[in-house]
Amino acid sequence: MTYIEFLDVYGGRLIDGTIVTIYQFFLATFVAVVAALTFGLMRLARSPVLRAVAVAYIEFFRGTSLLVQLFWIFFVLPLFGITLDKFTAGFLAVGLNMGAYGAELVRGAVLAVPKGQWEAALALNMAPHNRMRRIILPQAFIIMLPPWGNLIIEILKGTALVALIAVADLMFEVRQINITTFLSAEAFGTAIVIYYVIARFFVTPGMRGLERLMNRRIGKV
Amino acid sequence: MTENMESYPLSLEGDGIPMVRFQNVTKRYGSLVVLNQLDIDVSAGEMVTIIGPSGSGKTTVLRMLMTLETIDDGVIYVEGEPLTHMERNGRLVPASSAHLRRMRSKIGMCFQHFNLFPHMTALGNCMEGPVQVLGLSRKEAEERSLELLDMVGMIEKRDQHPSRLSGGQQQRVAIARALAMRPKVMLFDEVTSALDPEVISEVTSVIKHLVDTHNLTMLMVTHQMGFAKEISDRVCFFFDGAIEEQGAPTKLFENPERERTQQFLNAVLHAN
Ligand SMILES: Nc1ncnc2c1ncn2[C@@H]1O[C@H](COP(=O)(O)OP(=O)(O)O)[C@@H](O)[C@H]1O
Ligand SMILES: [Mg+2]
Repeated sequence: MTYIEFLDVYGGRLIDGTIVTIYQFFLATFVAVVAALTFGLMRLARSPVLRAVAVAYIEFFRGTSLLVQLFWIFFVLPLFGITLDKFTAGFLAVGLNMGAYGAELVRGAVLAVPKGQWEAALALNMAPHNRMRRIILPQAFIIMLPPWGNLIIEILKGTALVALIAVADLMFEVRQINITTFLSAEAFGTAIVIYYVIARFFVTPGMRGLERLMNRRIGKV
Repeated sequence: MTENMESYPLSLEGDGIPMVRFQNVTKRYGSLVVLNQLDIDVSAGEMVTIIGPSGSGKTTVLRMLMTLETIDDGVIYVEGEPLTHMERNGRLVPASSAHLRRMRSKIGMCFQHFNLFPHMTALGNCMEGPVQVLGLSRKEAEERSLELLDMVGMIEKRDQHPSRLSGGQQQRVAIARALAMRPKVMLFDEVTSALDPEVISEVTSVIKHLVDTHNLTMLMVTHQMGFAKEISDRVCFFFDGAIEEQGAPTKLFENPERERTQQFLNAVLHAN
């Protein structure tokens, strides 16, 4: 079987798998961003209870393996009465895991905004929530965009694990094709190329574009 | 708060109460006493300049008045009301955040490094406070801001972000931004120290214009002795967290009584 014939026969399944991977990637990124903002800001809160909750979340999801977390959410949570379908469990696990790293990026970026900005906002008598929303977060956003670019690539790569709870993503399809045809080089080789193309030609330029856009909006070129 | 608050009045009464009073104000960082039982009154409409060696506590005075620093002992009164304290059951207790916000609205501050918001235009910087804090409509805030930007000579640059402005231009926008809140007391902390010599006068002339045309109370820290002499009603020479000598500018600059004042002025004049 030539590679062209391989693509002819299995191309459809590879495309279906890629589409599921892209869905998983977008949803996991969304979960990661929401979790990162929530827990990153809680980590900076004045209330010790909020801070403790955030630390617990960050420690748990950074300190244990993504694969174990995925299995936990899919196989163990049902024992506590929370049953999620595999698609949801997949992006939720990846998103929550990466959100823990993102929370540290949010926290670091907020702390990296110069102290003078907080003071100028206070001198204008701005209320704490307005200071954060109007002055600090927009600047923190620009500071954390570059590291988020890396994290988002990690999210894409992380979604490959959802194949292990039988979500029919690209990795799942490729494994199925490999098992039935033993065309390992073709199957896994194609998968590597597809992951690389998504990361290199879509995610990275997208993040760069966002960085440029945000920098233009603050008058820097 | 380490001492008995009962020796302080709950508020100042009567005619001629000062716009700002520091009564017995002490500030410490650990064991370092930065301000030592400072007493100072500033009348409404008065322009008081603070000079003194680096580290003598000049910035700390302004930052405490802006509520950027806590106060360890003593009471600051603004328009007769305690700034960071309030009355409860006939005693002074630490102020609530509502009290602080009300008091803070009387005061505006300009910083050595401008601290403009980099993600907003010059106009956006000026409108931010009026819209978000005073609740003005965008139209009203814009009118007010444009008027002030015009006054500081920055109207053509209203749509520029701070990164596109020179230091002198940024500082003028920062002055307009503070004035847009209509404070009663303006604080200037070495607003020309970060500027290139040739643009210092753009900023000092704006301040001079303010002194001539507005009835603002001003406290200014500066190393520009000529400027201080020209526009101040009173000059305070700080040394080691206390006022070593104060008086009318002609008196203090031409006829200083204290040896430390003389030494400081000699050193500064020779440096220039
Ligand atoms: N946050 C701080 N922590 C510790 N020491 C401080 C802090 N801020 C100021 N100081 C000290 O307080 C003293 C007075 O500082 P400052 O008011 O800035 O002096 P000036 O403005 O007259 O140069 C200095 O010795 C300075 O090192
Ligand atoms: Mg200073």
